[in-house]
Order: sequence, then C-alpha cells, then structure tokens
Amino acid sequence: MTATRVRKRARPNAMLVTGLVGLTALFVLAVVAPWIWGDRADELGPSVHLGSSGEHWLGTDALGRDLFARTLVATRLTLELAALATAIASIAGTVLGTLIWVSGPRVRAVGLRVVDVMISYPAVILALTIAAILDPGPKACVIAIGVAGCPSFARLTANLAASVAGRDFVATARLLGVPSLRLMRRHILPNIAEPLLVLVSVSFAHSLMALSGLSFLGLGVQLPDYDWGQLLSTGLQSLYTNPAEAVGPAVAIVLAGLSAGFVGDGLAARAASTSGNSAAVKPGSRKASASAPVATGTDHSVPDDAVLVVSDLRVRRPDGTALVDGVTFHIGAAEIVGVVGESGSGKSLTAMAAARLLPGGLRAEAHALELRNPGAEPLALAAPGRDGAAVRRRLATEIGIVYQDPSASFNPALRLGGQLTETLRVHLGVSRREARERAVEQLEFVRIVDPEARLRAYPHELSGGMRQRAMIASALLTRPRLIIADEPTTALDVTVQAEVLALLRAANRRDGTAMLFISHDIGVVTDLCDRVLVMYAGRLVEELTAAELRDGHARHPYTKALLAATPRLEPDGEADGKLDAETGDGLLAAIPGRPPQPDERPAGCAFADRCAAVLPVCRDTPPPVRVLAPGRTVACHLPETGAPVPVQAGPKAGRHDAAVEAVG
Amino acid sequence: MAVLDEAPPWLGFAARRLGGVLLVLTALVVITFAIVQLMPGDPARVAAGANATPDQITRMRHDLGLDRSVPAQFVDYVGNLLHGDLGRSFHTQENVADIVADRLPYTAELALLGIVVILVVAIPLGMLVAVLCQNGRRRRLDGAFTFVTGFVGSTPEYVLGTLLVYVVGIKLGWLPVAGAATVDALVLPVVAISLGPVCTIARIVRRETAVVLGQDYFRTARGRRLPARRLYLRHALPNLLTSTLTLAGLLLAGLLGGTVIAESVFAWPGLGTRVVEAITQRDLPVVQGVVLVLGSLACLINLLIDVVLGLLDPRTLSGKAAGS
Repeated sequence: MTATRVRKRARPNAMLVTGLVGLTALFVLAVVAPWIWGDRADELGPSVHLGSSGEHWLGTDALGRDLFARTLVATRLTLELAALATAIASIAGTVLGTLIWVSGPRVRAVGLRVVDVMISYPAVILALTIAAILDPGPKACVIAIGVAGCPSFARLTANLAASVAGRDFVATARLLGVPSLRLMRRHILPNIAEPLLVLVSVSFAHSLMALSGLSFLGLGVQLPDYDWGQLLSTGLQSLYTNPAEAVGPAVAIVLAGLSAGFVGDGLAARAASTSGNSAAVKPGSRKASASAPVATGTDHSVPDDAVLVVSDLRVRRPDGTALVDGVTFHIGAAEIVGVVGESGSGKSLTAMAAARLLPGGLRAEAHALELRNPGAEPLALAAPGRDGAAVRRRLATEIGIVYQDPSASFNPALRLGGQLTETLRVHLGVSRREARERAVEQLEFVRIVDPEARLRAYPHELSGGMRQRAMIASALLTRPRLIIADEPTTALDVTVQAEVLALLRAANRRDGTAMLFISHDIGVVTDLCDRVLVMYAGRLVEELTAAELRDGHARHPYTKALLAATPRLEPDGEADGKLDAETGDGLLAAIPGRPPQPDERPAGCAFADRCAAVLPVCRDTPPPVRVLAPGRTVACHLPETGAPVPVQAGPKAGRHDAAVEAVG
Repeated sequence: MAVLDEAPPWLGFAARRLGGVLLVLTALVVITFAIVQLMPGDPARVAAGANATPDQITRMRHDLGLDRSVPAQFVDYVGNLLHGDLGRSFHTQENVADIVADRLPYTAELALLGIVVILVVAIPLGMLVAVLCQNGRRRRLDGAFTFVTGFVGSTPEYVLGTLLVYVVGIKLGWLPVAGAATVDALVLPVVAISLGPVCTIARIVRRETAVVLGQDYFRTARGRRLPARRLYLRHALPNLLTSTLTLAGLLLAGLLGGTVIAESVFAWPGLGTRVVEAITQRDLPVVQGVVLVLGSLACLINLLIDVVLGLLDPRTLSGKAAGS
C-alpha cells in the first residue's frame, strides 16, 4: 500500500514536465542562438519588408534582416532581463517578508498592511514611474519590474511563515527558545520552499511579459538592441505589409510565458497532491475485493412502524470497492439506534447513504433503503438519478440531519436565520415571519438565549456548542420523521457533549422522532440509544440493545474490545469502576493494530488480525450472521456460549500467531 | 469567538480601508514629487529645451521653483495639488490638469468596461465548468478548459491586441483597429485587455467553486435539497466570490496597467498613450500628473473590491487578523 502510494506521488506531472521542457529549450536557445544565428540576424539584406518565404521564414524587416533569426537571437536578452527582474523580486521580497515576520507583532501587522497596499498597485504603472525617473531603457525596466514583484514575495513569505509558525513543531521550537531568525531559516523556510518556488516561476512569466510590454511601448530595450517586445512593436507597425513580422515575437512571448506558467501550475498541483490527502474519495488502484457472501437468512423482522429500513446496503467507490458492505438494520418509530465503530468502519457513510447525501463519486446500492411514512409511499433513498421536486421536499422535511462539525456546517457568509428557515421557506412555502417564529421556538427548545438576536447573527458569532444546538434546532424545524446525527458530539468538549445528548433525547421524547446516531464512542451510544449496531470494516458485527450492552452481554470480540477501550465513569463495574487513564495499568485496553483498508479486506473475518480469540476458520471464511433473537445478531465464528473472550491489554506485539496458539 | 461586538463592525472596516487609501495617496504624492527630485540631470535644462541658454535655464529653474529647498518645493507641490494644479507640460505648455481631464474618460471607459466584462464572463464560466466537472466527471471538458484558459490567460494583452488587430481588423475588416472615433472602436481594446484576465479568473473561480462544493456547509445546503439555482447562487456564489475576489482583485487593479499598454496597440487616446509619449519626451509634469491619476484610480478599484468583499463576507469586516 505504502509502496503504491509512493509511486503514485512520484509519477511525473504532465504540466510540470511540459513546462520544464519548454523552459529548458528556451534556455538552451538563449545560450546558443546568438552564436548560431547572430550574424544572420544582423546581416542587412537587399530585400526589405519581405513576406514569409522558404529563405526567410518570417520575412525580413525594414533593413532586410531575417526576422526568424532575430527572434531566436532575442531570446537571450529577453530571458536575461526577465531572470534579473525575477531575481530582484524574489530575493528582495523574501528578505522583506522575513524581516516583517521576525519583527514584533505590531510591526508585522503594519508591514503586512503596507505590503498588501503595494501589491494592489499595478506593476506596470510603478514601472512607468521608475522608467520616468531613470532614463527609459532596460536597466530602468528591470529594476521597475523587480521592485514591482517584490511585495508578492514579501507577503507570501510572511503569510506562509505565519501559517507554518502556527504548527506544533514551530511552537515547540519557540518554547525551547530558538530565536526568530534561526526559526525562520531552520524550521520555516524549508517548509515554505515549494510555494515560493511556484511564485518564482509565476513571477518569471509575469516579468517576461511585463518587460516585453515595456519594450513594446518603446520604454524598455532600445535599438540597436532588441528583445521580443521590441520586435513585436516594429511588427505591429508593419502589420499591413508583413503580418508575419509580428508572429515570431508574439509566439515566443506566449510560449515562454506559458512554459513558466506550466512549471508554476505543475509545482502547485504536485504540492497539492502530496499534502492534500483528504479523507474523501481516494482513487483506489485495486479492483473490488470479491464481495463476501452475505450471510443470508437474516431474519430481520421489520416492524410495521419502522421509519428507516436498510437491507443489504453497499456503498461503493467508483472503482467498485465496497466501503460499506452489506449492512442491514431498521429503525422503529421513536427509536434511537446508535452505530458505533472506529473511523473507517463505514458508519458515517451508512448514515450519509441513509440521508441520500453521499459524497460525490460514491454510490449506494441496497436491497432496500427506504424511509417509511404511514401516510405515503416509502421513499427510496438509494434510487439512482436526480430527484424530482416532490422527492426533494420529502427528503428535506422528513429527514433532519445533524452534522459532525458545527463550525464548518453552517455557511459562513449567510445569517443563521436564513439558513435555519430555508427548508421551511423553500419546501413548505412558509412565510418569512412564520418561519422565523418557528425557528425562534426551536431555538428556545434547544435553550439558546435571545433567539431573535441569534437569527440575525452570522455563524462565526456563536460558540461551537451554540452552533451545534442551532444545528439541532434546524434539524427539528420541519418535525422530521427521522434525525440522522453523524458524530454530533465529536467536535465538542465534554460538558457541551452532555448538553447536546440531552437535547437529542429531549427531542426524541417530545416529538417521537426516530434517530440514527453515529458515534465512535461506545459509552455515549450506550447512554443515549435504545439499540446499538457495531460496525467494523464496512460490516455490522453485532446488533444488540443498549441494555444488553450495559449489562455486559456483548458477544463479539470487537464490541468487547471497544468497551474495554472506553473509560466508564459510572461505578457499576468492579474492575473498570473508577479507573484513571494516566495510571492505565491494563484497565484501559487499546485495540492493537488498525482496521484494514477497504480494498484490502481479507476473505475471512476483517477483525481476525486484531482479534485475541481468532480461530483458523476466521481467516478464510466470512463469519455468518447469527440471529440470536429479533434485533440481536452477532457475526462471529466463536461459539457464542464459549468462555468470555479475553481482551488483549495494550498494544502487544506478535498478535496473530500468539493469539492463534493461545486459542488453538 | 466573541458575542456580538458593541461597535458596528463596518466602522472599524471603513476606518481601516480609509487608512489604506490615505496611505496610498500619500505614497503616490511623495513618489510623483520624487520623480522630479530623483531624475538624473537637471529638470530645468530638460524643461527649457535643448537649445536653451544658461540664462533661460536659470530662469526656468526659478519659474519651476527648483531653486528652493526640497521641503519648500514639496509644500508647494502639495498645495498646488490641493488646488487642482498639476503644473504645465514642458513641451506643449498645456495645463496637465486639462490633459488629464481630456484623456481620463477614455482610459476609465476602457478599464471599467473591461472589469465588467471580466466579472460577467469569468464567474459564470468558472462556476459552470466546476459544476459540470465535479467529482471527476467530463474530464475532457475540464482538460480543454484548463488548456485554453491557460493558453489565453498567459498571453499578454499587447500580443492579443496585435492578433485582434490583424485578424478582426485587417483580415476580416469588421471593426476599427485604431482611435476612439466610434463606439465599435471600443470592442477590440476591451476584448484585448479583458480576455486574459477572463481566462485567469475563470480558472480561479473554477478552483474556488470546487473547494466550496466540497465544504461541509455546502453538504448542509445539499441536505436541504434546494433547487440547483438556489444551491449554487446562494450557498456557493458568495463564498467563492470572497476567495475569488481576494485573488482576482489584484488582477482587476492590474488591469489599469494592461490598459496603459493596450492603448498603444489601438492608438487609443487615453492616459496610457499620453504617459508613454511624456516619458520618452521626458515631459515630467505630465508623467507626474498621469501617474498620480492612474494610481488613484487603482486605489479606487481596490477600495471598491474591498467594499464588495466586506458586503459578501461578514468575517472580513471584523478583520481577518483576529482568526487564530
């Protein structure tokens, strides 16, 4: 896996390669062209203003000189000037940015403001000013363009330094008393080299075009010297007689600018692809592992009042890999069902599939995935294609969603009121005033003080806990049949967590709203829910009531391991009564290893590698789902009546073999 | 994190922006004043002409006030500016204020039209491509878009202008290629200055849209199952405009520079052609006046963008520096 990933990263990026090839070619041309074509470029010919011909590809100028040769020869001067200007901009700019950053916070603030103002001043106008002060000519132009490019480098350096400086290792270095300048040189500059390099190539492209532009205006390179801009300006004058004259320098300028731009874009793309491995959809290289046969015969007696029915749900990546692999459950009216598992277990995807809100590229397929409502047809949640207005209305009003991160889940640009009342207004045609009244009512229910003022506020003006309560209010506004809460407490601190859980419970009691509650915290799930589904590697491994879980009737080794890894504060157990995580002493048992990646799930039980009680059969045969009672299932090879499965304490080495021996 | 501040946030915002504007204007005045002071050689000699006698030069020096101390000259300069007196051209003896008044409308017309064209074309184009190509769909369209915008975007306005003059003006003969006598003479210069920025900004918009479409709050909006128009216009547009305008603001202000250059291609009677003429003639008062005006114009464009940004994103009002 790591090997494939490394190879993927190192794969050359077409844009970068094209750009580099182009720049190299230009560089070589700049070196050799004056030697090879220098004489020809200056040789006066008898035929002036000649059009394009076999002898003179781009024709000749007013003195009969070959324009193709002149364009090639001009490469050197053009690139030299652009490189000089870029050097001035990057060196002076980086130094300036470093100085701004290492000086105290007050100077830094003022410095950044000044740099911002300088950046917003058009480079060409600055260049004109400098060209007016100095005599018009290449020297003035190079200095002008260099100075004009300086602020961008200064700002980038200072901003990047600030962002890198916020990271932990820099904070540590600073705590250790590393001086600012050394911090910059040792810790920060290496980390910001890549964006700086991107800016260097972009700046080179800009310098080249600006310098050519100034030469084009007659302010840059002066005759008898010539660069592309100068050639283009004479070309423009003879556009009626010999249009080919403008072609050479025009093409050259565009190609050079494009190459440098490609290098910049390519570098930026590479940087983005190496740093941005977000958890979203990673293009998997492997084909889907053969979908394990689902243990059929699962007698899931779905009650008539079920709100959500999920049968054999699979969520697949575009390459076919199943991230959620055959999940079956239902939620009855007014029931709170919790789904618990480690990250990557597929619990959030299950929730998002049930909300018909999977991230782009993923698709859900299921034997049944529907929202039931006594007064209407069941609403299919896995149907492909677009939804009509009626379906959208039902989805929006019958399902309320509480998202994981309240600080990111509200639109920062819109006032809270508009966002909260949007569903009512768009789908139910409720008037603005009534929608606000109902929003106020719900905000009061979630105990937000001064709700009228909050509706006028922007999300950033609220605290994290308040935002999550507002999110719950928003989910409750349409009196939905089902609330899907995707790790609603994960981003919150413990006291706020308790409030949010209490609110969800209160909403469930008040409206009889069914709830699908996702969490990685088995303790929270046990507290809040009626029934608990334990997921591992995309599958359900155990389903049981919260009461059974509380009373220690969990059967699956994974469930037990999760329980053992959770500190419990209620003094109801004997050994795990009052433990503290610091002393540990084997009371808090971390589960060794990690869940397998979706495309590397084994043929047998996915938990086998981490299981303390693994049997040989676990490795190649998927465990059957055994129905112990309605709503009570476990997917495990171990005989359920067997001795309590010991849970490994701490991350011990040699897990499989030792474990196999221990059992066998 | 704070609860609502007592002072209206726009007050601080306005104060900061006004401070910025004053800073730029002060800097502009100092720089344009410095043009005369810093130039190598004797401005009086330049002003009096090549054939002037030493007497004439001395008189000219006195007339221009160059024989007085630098601070005194600066006070004079600022005082004259405040009275709208930008001096007289060395060459034509015209009043520089009159020259500016004469030329400014042409440049402003070009630049403002350019900005409008850029925003009206680039934003919908970038959004459309982003929406059509989300989740890796329509890769070919995406590739074509990236290639074409990359190509045209890195073609400078004077090259585009030359090309337009040749193809549209000379070959096809559809539009006038020089001067500003008729309304259709505007077309080519506006296209020349806006085409490049349109491409660059459309790319920025495309990228920023993709970012917004992947945000949690956009998922929330999708969860409300809004009609596509409302979803993209209300929930995506303001957010992507914020980041886009922050980046594109520079391009828009830089458009003035492009205008200055493009004017030369189309013999457009604006400030650009005049200042180039003035620089080559070393006609310093004209250079001073035009640079001052162009600089203020750039400052104005920036201010407008900042105001729009402030209206779009309430967080910019309270000052971004506060964020961590």
